[in-house]
Amino acid sequence: MKQRPVADVSHLPTYDFGAASPMWWGTLAFIALEATGFALGIGTYFYLAVLATHWPIGAPAPDLLPGTAILIILLASLIPNHLVELWARRQDLAKVRIGIVVMSIAGILPLIVRVWEFPALRITWDQNAYGSIVWFLLGLHTSHLLTDVGDTIVLAVLMFTQQGKAGRRFSDVSDNAFYWDFVVVSWVVLYLVIYWFPRM
Amino acid sequence: MSGTTGTAAGQEQDEGVKGVRDTGLEAARRRAYLAHAWQTPKGLYGWLVTVDHKLIGRRYIVTAFLFLVLAGLSALAMRFQLATPEAGHIGPDFYNQLFTMHGTTMMFLFAVPVMEAFAIYLVPLMIGTRNVAFPRLNAFSYWVYLSGGLMIWIAFAFDTGADAGWFSYVPLTGPEYGIGKRPDFWAQMVTYTEVSALAVAVEIIATVFKQRAPGMTLDRIPIYVWSILVTAFVILFAMPAVMVSSTMLILDRLVGTKFFDPAAGGDALLWQHLFWFFGHPEVYIIFIPAVGFVSAILPTFVRRPVFGYLGIVLSLIAIGFLSFGLWVHHMFATGLPQLGESFFTASSMMIAIPSGIQIFCWIATIWGGRPIFATPLLFVLGFIFTFVIGGLTGVMVASVPLDLQVHDTYFVVAHFHYVLIGGAVFPLLGAVYYWFPKITGRMLSERLGRWNFWLVFVGFNFTFFPMHILGLQGMPRRVYTYPPASGWGEINLFISISSLVVFIGFALFFLNILLSLRNGRIAGDNPWGASTLEWATTSPPPSYDFSRLPVVAHREPLWAEPDILPVVEGLRVDAREVLGSTVADAVPQLRVPSADNSIWPLLSALAVGGAFLGSIYTPWAVVWGAIPVSIGFICWFWPKGEPEDEE
Repeated sequence: MKQRPVADVSHLPTYDFGAASPMWWGTLAFIALEATGFALGIGTYFYLAVLATHWPIGAPAPDLLPGTAILIILLASLIPNHLVELWARRQDLAKVRIGIVVMSIAGILPLIVRVWEFPALRITWDQNAYGSIVWFLLGLHTSHLLTDVGDTIVLAVLMFTQQGKAGRRFSDVSDNAFYWDFVVVSWVVLYLVIYWFPRM
Repeated sequence: MSGTTGTAAGQEQDEGVKGVRDTGLEAARRRAYLAHAWQTPKGLYGWLVTVDHKLIGRRYIVTAFLFLVLAGLSALAMRFQLATPEAGHIGPDFYNQLFTMHGTTMMFLFAVPVMEAFAIYLVPLMIGTRNVAFPRLNAFSYWVYLSGGLMIWIAFAFDTGADAGWFSYVPLTGPEYGIGKRPDFWAQMVTYTEVSALAVAVEIIATVFKQRAPGMTLDRIPIYVWSILVTAFVILFAMPAVMVSSTMLILDRLVGTKFFDPAAGGDALLWQHLFWFFGHPEVYIIFIPAVGFVSAILPTFVRRPVFGYLGIVLSLIAIGFLSFGLWVHHMFATGLPQLGESFFTASSMMIAIPSGIQIFCWIATIWGGRPIFATPLLFVLGFIFTFVIGGLTGVMVASVPLDLQVHDTYFVVAHFHYVLIGGAVFPLLGAVYYWFPKITGRMLSERLGRWNFWLVFVGFNFTFFPMHILGLQGMPRRVYTYPPASGWGEINLFISISSLVVFIGFALFFLNILLSLRNGRIAGDNPWGASTLEWATTSPPPSYDFSRLPVVAHREPLWAEPDILPVVEGLRVDAREVLGSTVADAVPQLRVPSADNSIWPLLSALAVGGAFLGSIYTPWAVVWGAIPVSIGFICWFWPKGEPEDEE
């Protein structure tokens, strides 16, 4: 088939931020499907709670301390998260390097606290359905934390190499910050369900 | 449009522009550069590392059809056993495995993957780009799918085939009654295939949103692509439900959680809610792409644009939404509150409205056109006839009193085979006849095609229509035999003989493909005179799909301008690059680097597969398996100094 050139795209950039980037849409789609997983887990929690005569079944409400500590750490991490996002958009490599190291630490801290959080549920997964679902929800969130922390650390290492100087890396840092927001928001919802619903 | 017209020869030397661009480059050199940048290495290594959407789409299609053969043969074995009362060819235990493997394979390993497979092949060509948005994720999804399918069939070969039906109800599959490892293999196969399906859904959404040809505004997207986009969204919100439920099932079995154990505060019906929250949309995940095929094939063979584009697109979206409000109609016999059942009756009947709108639009399209009765159109007409019958029995079983009468009988078997074979497999076979020339460069035989159609169509109706009667007479599903006094023997014999006709029809289909691959008539770029962009490139398309990316100014671009293709220029030809555009108006926005071949998607899939497989035996497999999985993913994503990183 013959061709007729009608437009020149040679001066378009090769990367951009937010909704302009295909990777941002991929991240959003993953967030949507993972949020559906969380929603179904929470739905299961309430379904079981409605069936039970007493909730929580055979256990006191979970100890507030570790979960609340994680909530505070995660909420506080939103500040450096948004700063690193801003610096990535400005393509300020020096600040992005600092920011992404801070975010790696901000990701590791809640994982450390979580070691105490599982026992603070005051029930094991195999005691009854209540124990199963709270361990399931906490496990699901922990796997998200682990994945994103892993991703952030790899990205942090990358930013200190020659490859980190490529412009597209800034877009990757920005998408990573976007995903972290999801990890934090999902914990706010799970925290209310796991810790405060049994106290209502 | 953001670009400006005009060519500047010799930009290869332009200081401000990185890389070699297609601007002003003569056709032969442009193609040579592109062929080098987009090539897949020859031999086994190339086969393992390729990220070409056409090669991956093709192998997805072939694999899915191989699973169709396996599932079809298990159906034939069941019909052999049921042909006469009290036949002793197959015992109850093996029969249980056969119907479970049949249903599981058809739904998880054939129907959904084959629909995604066509999308992987066709969507980039139909929207005028060079690959899907995340090519390595695409390769990864195939390997995960293949591992899951092989795993469950190998387990079956060792007498560990799943045996509790394709929906694996608890407590039959729970730790108390689901002995051995049969339900575990089922649960993990589900996890594999859902990971794969979700990966494809994500890449389809990003591709359709961000990589459409300049000018392909939302109201110029081919209806087939719309159907795939809606399907991808349904997958995104439905498949997590079955992943959550199959994970809970394997946790109950492996580490003693109590999700489905009523004695410890769990609930058996929870499984059914979670499963059908996925399971009903699953039907539409199969059906929506099939109606997309119909809306793509029909205009070509009646020589006019489809009637009611907007109505059809809105119907597809409506079906996508409504598909999430129907799941309880699979559970009418479980004693749920009547008010809830009435709601689900109403919503089940409501889905007949958008389905009906589409059928009337297709009839209007045929009415206003000049039909050419080639094989693809025959399958479309066969679809309309069969699907209307399936739809009518669907409205019948949406009613609670009638459902309670025919629940778990052959009436339901007849209904869903009319909907799934009539509603999805007929359009799929039509799609194979329609796009085979594009994929292979050769035409399928029309003569064999007609035999294929009539044998499958007549054989199908003779096989499944009598099942309505059997069901009304009370014959239950999933029984391995029945007594002579039931009086079901003659109808069953008729059904079994008719199923052989379907088998011969399918044998002709595969024969046609094998013969035509060697001897079929050479197709040319656009053998059917169709209107969409995939027909603007060669058959089969080159590795880079289009030598310059098309620009769209019309909903039927090749009918609006049959001889000349408006294109953009300025993209790199020495590295893989596609065009990113805005979501609604498809205005060019970015030159997006596209991932090169890589072995890491395969190795990562093997690591993920190993972890899933190990977790059937010990929960620690997830912990230790995470190490190779992490290594795989890091190596996959770690940049390797690609030329596009210079920019």
